[in-house]
Amino acid sequence: MSILLRQSRVALVVWAGLSVATLVSWQLGTKEGGEPGAGVSAATVAVIVVTFVKVRFIGWHFMEARDAPLLLRLILDAYVVLIGGMLVAMHLLTA
Amino acid sequence: MLGSDPATRPLPTTPPLTVAPTPSPRPPGRWTRGHLPGEVGVWVFIVGDMLVFGLFFGVFMIERGADLEGFREGRDSLSTAFGAVNTLLLLLGSILVVLAMRAVREGAPDRASRLILGAMATGALFIVNKGVEYGEKLSAGITPGDGGFYTLFYAFTGIHLLHLLIGMGALVLMRRLAIRTQRRERDVASMESCASYWHLVDLLWVVLFPLLYLVA
Repeated sequence: MSILLRQSRVALVVWAGLSVATLVSWQLGTKEGGEPGAGVSAATVAVIVVTFVKVRFIGWHFMEARDAPLLLRLILDAYVVLIGGMLVAMHLLTA
Repeated sequence: MLGSDPATRPLPTTPPLTVAPTPSPRPPGRWTRGHLPGEVGVWVFIVGDMLVFGLFFGVFMIERGADLEGFREGRDSLSTAFGAVNTLLLLLGSILVVLAMRAVREGAPDRASRLILGAMATGALFIVNKGVEYGEKLSAGITPGDGGFYTLFYAFTGIHLLHLLIGMGALVLMRRLAIRTQRRERDVASMESCASYWHLVDLLWVVLFPLLYLVA
């Protein structure tokens, strides 16, 4: 098992990072204050950005897209940028 | 001499064409070079599913923009701990499947089997957690028919739960293939497909959790 853990060090570091990012987002989201319509929340924008960074890491390291053909890598990266960007833009427009 | 005169020389004979000429195998181009983890069809489904959920996320933000007060109340009524614990469970399930896939490639079926069972346990705990959360909401009189935030909450988490159940089935298949004594050539690709689908379940929840529990 120790060999397995040594060889999977990158994936384990990514997993630990994703778990910590989840806890950080939890704190950021819980602490978000202000009344509806009071303006753009930087914490909310940060939560969305962190979320799509996590999506990119899951795609790259767990789904093994980093070794996949360029076409799939481009599709996943385009998804992260377009959907993440769309959610940030919609938050900015409706906050 | 026969054939020396072009007018009397017999026409050259060509062998009859019975099969189409075999094209010489082309090397992969820059778009297709690399290892696709799983079958192409499964990846078409995964990307399509991600796009459908992208649409769901957009719909959620539009509805939220039209009813900021209602969505804020909805979010505040949820227990963020349920969502966060479920995120951590699925991330744990994902890393176990990553390790299992590595064990498969290293020819360690028993280790792969144990890791896949661990991932299935995280999925089962997710279902229990979600069941408790649904139970709390329903007993408090909050139903999918309440409209606004709650309709989207039940719809999106319900569709995701369906994905998770299918993912559990994929893990059952992956384990069966992992412990098979005589592995067929396509079994590794099938196991990679199962693993990729399981990671999709994780990936979708990683977006749903902040959207429903934090951003709303």
